[in-house]
Amino acid sequence: MTTTTPHCGAGPVAEPISQPAARGGEDYLGIFRNGLWDNNAVFTQMLALCPLMAVTTTATNGLGMGIASTGVLLASNVVIASCREMISQEVRIPVFVLLIASLVSLADMMINAWMHELYKVLGLFIPLIVVNCAVLGRAEAFASKKPVLASAVDGLAMGLGYTLALILIGGCREILGSATLFSHASLLLGDGFAFLETTLIPNYKGFLLMLLPPGGFLVLGFLLAGKRAMERRWEQRTAARSKAETAVQQPSAA
Amino acid sequence: MNLWFLKPEYRQRPSYHIVLLGGVALLTSAAIGVADHLTRTDIAQRQLEDLKVTLQEVIPPQYFDNDLVRDTVTVNDDGDQPVVAYRARRGGQVQAVCYRVKAPGYGNTAMVIAIGVDRAGTLLGVRVVSHNETPGLGDKIELSKSNWILSFTGRSLNDPQPDKWAVKKDGGVFDQFTGATITPRAVVKAVKKGLAFFAEHRTELLDEAPTKTAQANMSPAPNGSARSD
Repeated sequence: MTTTTPHCGAGPVAEPISQPAARGGEDYLGIFRNGLWDNNAVFTQMLALCPLMAVTTTATNGLGMGIASTGVLLASNVVIASCREMISQEVRIPVFVLLIASLVSLADMMINAWMHELYKVLGLFIPLIVVNCAVLGRAEAFASKKPVLASAVDGLAMGLGYTLALILIGGCREILGSATLFSHASLLLGDGFAFLETTLIPNYKGFLLMLLPPGGFLVLGFLLAGKRAMERRWEQRTAARSKAETAVQQPSAA
Repeated sequence: MNLWFLKPEYRQRPSYHIVLLGGVALLTSAAIGVADHLTRTDIAQRQLEDLKVTLQEVIPPQYFDNDLVRDTVTVNDDGDQPVVAYRARRGGQVQAVCYRVKAPGYGNTAMVIAIGVDRAGTLLGVRVVSHNETPGLGDKIELSKSNWILSFTGRSLNDPQPDKWAVKKDGGVFDQFTGATITPRAVVKAVKKGLAFFAEHRTELLDEAPTKTAQANMSPAPNGSARSD
C-alpha cells in the first residue's frame, strides 16, 4: 500500500501521516502503527507531558488517565472530522478548543452522574484532559484533514499509544518509588483484576524522588533514550542487511 | 456535501467566521447546559450517598436511627467559618455528631478530615476525606493504606494530656511515618482542634440549647443573645 516508512523516531517535526493508498482507502494499519509507536504522543511528539507527570505515580493511575484520554481523543477526532468541511481555516483553533473543552465537560458530568464508582477513581484525571495538548494536536494534524473513520482510528491509536506510555512511566515510577505494581487496580477495573496488584519488595522504604515530578522526568528521559537506541539499532540492522544483499548480488552479476 | 454555505468563497468571508465561532459556542454551551440539567440531580444524589458512607464510617450504627445526612446544624468556628455538623440521634436525643475540619497538609494543600464525636467528647472515628499528600509517604493517613488513622478512636481532649496531643517526634503519643512527619503532625493538630471545637460548642452541637428558644435553633444564634438570662 504505502512505500516504506523510514520515519522511525524522526522527531516531533516529522509527521509521517500515511498517504491514502492509490485505491482510495486509508492505510489503517499504518495509522495504528503511527499512533502506537512511530509517532507516539509522548515518546515522539513529546506532547501531553503535563497530565503525564501529574498522574503517573502508579501504573493504575496511568491506566485510568489513559482510558479517559483515549475516550476524549476518539470523540474529539470524530466530531472534528465530521464537521471539518464547515470549519474555516482562520478560526479553526478556537473552534477546536471549544469542542474539546465541552467534550471533556460532558464526559466529566456524565461519568460523575451515571458511573460514579468509576468517577471516584478517574474523577481526578478527567478535568486534566483539557490540558492534554495531544488532543488539540490530533485535531489539527489529522482530524481536520481526514475522513471520519480514519480519524476515529487515529484517535484510538493515539490514545492507546498514550495509554501505553502512561502505564510504562507509571509502572517504572511505581516499581522504583514504592516497589509495587498496579496497586489498587481492582478499584479501577473491578475485583476481577485484583491479581494485577503485586508487591515486589515487602516493607520497602520508598524512594520519594521517583514519586515526585522530577522522577517522572527522569523516567521519561531514560525511556526516550531507550526508544531512540532501539530504533537506531533497527535502522543499522536493516541497513546492514540491504548492504549484504547488494553485496551478494554484485558478485553474481560480475 | 454540497450545501451553499460550504462553498469556499463563503468560507473566506469574515462574517462566516463570526457565525461559525458564535454558532459553535452556542451549540457547545447548549449541550453543556442540557447535560448539566440532566445530570444535576443524579450527581447531587451520588454526593449525598458518598457523604453518608463517610458519616457511617466515623459514627458506628448503634449511635443513630435517624437519617444522618438530613439532620444538620451549622456552627461558626473560631475563625467565623461555618462548620456543618451532622447529628446522630437515637430516640430523638443526639448521641454523636460528625463534622469536617480542614488542615493544611504537606505543601499547604488542604486536607479534609471527618470527625465523629460522642456526647462525652470521645472520638468515635476519624477519616481523611480528601488530601493531596505525597503518594507512598503521606498517604498512609488513608485507611486503605494503613491503620494509623484508627489510633484516634477512643481518644478525647484529655486522653492523652493536651501536651501529649502530638506525634512521637514532638513528644506526643501518636506515631509518625517513616519519611513523613508533616502530614501526621497536621492531622493530629487538626483532630485536636476539632475536639476543642466540640468542647466549645457542645450545647449547640448536641441540640441542648434552652428549649424555650426553639425558634433560635433554626439558625445559629448570634453571640450573646443565647445566654441573655
